Amino acid sequence: MIGLLAGGPVIPDFGAGSKCETENQAFCWSWVSAHWGDTLQPALLQHLKLTGIAVAIGFAIAFGAALLAYRYRRLDQPIGLFADFLYTIPSLALFQLLVPITGITVTTVEIALVAYTLLILYRNILEGLRGVPAEVREAAKGMGLTGPQTLLRVELPLATPAIVAGLRIATVSTISIATVAAFILPEGLGRPIYIGITQDVFKTEIIAAGALTIVLALAADALLIALQRLVTPWRRA
Amino acid sequence: MILADTFDWSTFPDAIRFIGDHPGLLWDKSLEQLHLSGVALGIALLIALPLGVVLGHFRRGSLIAITVANFGRALPSLVLIAFFLLVSTNFFWDNTAALVILAIPPILTNSYFAVEGVDRSVVEAARGMGMAGRQILLRVELPLALPLIFAGIRIAAVFVIATATIAAIAGGGGLGDIIVNQATYRLSGLVAASLCVSLLAFGAAFVLAVTRKLLSHSFVSDD
Repeated sequence: MIGLLAGGPVIPDFGAGSKCETENQAFCWSWVSAHWGDTLQPALLQHLKLTGIAVAIGFAIAFGAALLAYRYRRLDQPIGLFADFLYTIPSLALFQLLVPITGITVTTVEIALVAYTLLILYRNILEGLRGVPAEVREAAKGMGLTGPQTLLRVELPLATPAIVAGLRIATVSTISIATVAAFILPEGLGRPIYIGITQDVFKTEIIAAGALTIVLALAADALLIALQRLVTPWRRA
Repeated sequence: MILADTFDWSTFPDAIRFIGDHPGLLWDKSLEQLHLSGVALGIALLIALPLGVVLGHFRRGSLIAITVANFGRALPSLVLIAFFLLVSTNFFWDNTAALVILAIPPILTNSYFAVEGVDRSVVEAARGMGMAGRQILLRVELPLALPLIFAGIRIAAVFVIATATIAAIAGGGGLGDIIVNQATYRLSGLVAASLCVSLLAFGAAFVLAVTRKLLSHSFVSDD
């Protein structure tokens, strides 16, 4: 599956490049247009995939945990502390720590990325659910809704803004942390940046990949805002 | 990258032994990391805290606060560190500048919304008691905004301490030096160093919580 996307890291060929590239000037459009297909686009797609999978799995886990903590209040503190602890592990270390267990694979990267989404998603989903006014819950009960019905039709819709806010932060920060994954796995937009820092400081490659990462993050954020407007039509004044 | 060790149940005892065997190294690298994070956090506080508090006091600039927050989150730390590496070669200030930019958004946004969110009727009451704008800010709004402001500083502090590890890739020093150099320090060094980072982050959060408590006590005993 990876083979379909990966073009592998491409080391800039200074010899064959234009004058701008051989002199390593600040930014060379010629390099970007020449290497969009073999370097930047594959990296962008890999980055998107890494992020998408991590946020989806992270959301599923955080959602389950938040529902549990919502029902059983005692669980809130231990789950929160654990997520807190995961969040303080430096990403650089976590990626390397997992390598002896899961190898230099996408799985390793995904486990670490998922770990970092948990805190934000868990907190926001739980806060969203707890923010539902008690009288609304009572009214739902009074109308004869069962527990699961109340959750699906009343509590979750009302918690949606907080949940989407969490999703936005989690998605954007996953896009950011995924660049660090390049330290162990030659995938994603972090790879050209990492090579740029540690091997040859080829400015165009660093700037192009860095800018693409930022644009990707902003685009994902905008998309989620649009999604929220779509799923909570009642909030549009 | 050389991966000489396998991860098993002996890894954590090994890491503890590593801490016992190399207290000096870990201490020095922790201090480097604290120095880098502390300077960055200090500069970010000097910029973001007054700005957020004053904008919040005048209830102007919610757009700025929101934009800074959204844009700040979209800036990957590795990208920032790489960018600054392109413009200068002073490793300490390269990394500090990147960390400052990463620390500003949570502090600015939280302090803005903390002060702006103070109940309007409370502010009106203070004004009715004859308080001037500055008195309202210092004696009413700030004490009430304290928890949220400190929540922002806490997020920034934990984030900066954890991210300062990445600075090692760009010659910034700190505990990241041990983490990126697994060939020398082995897995036990890696685990020991990341434990130190986590400890520093939790320590910073703890110090901030205590500071907050002391500050709110001093506010209360003010009159």
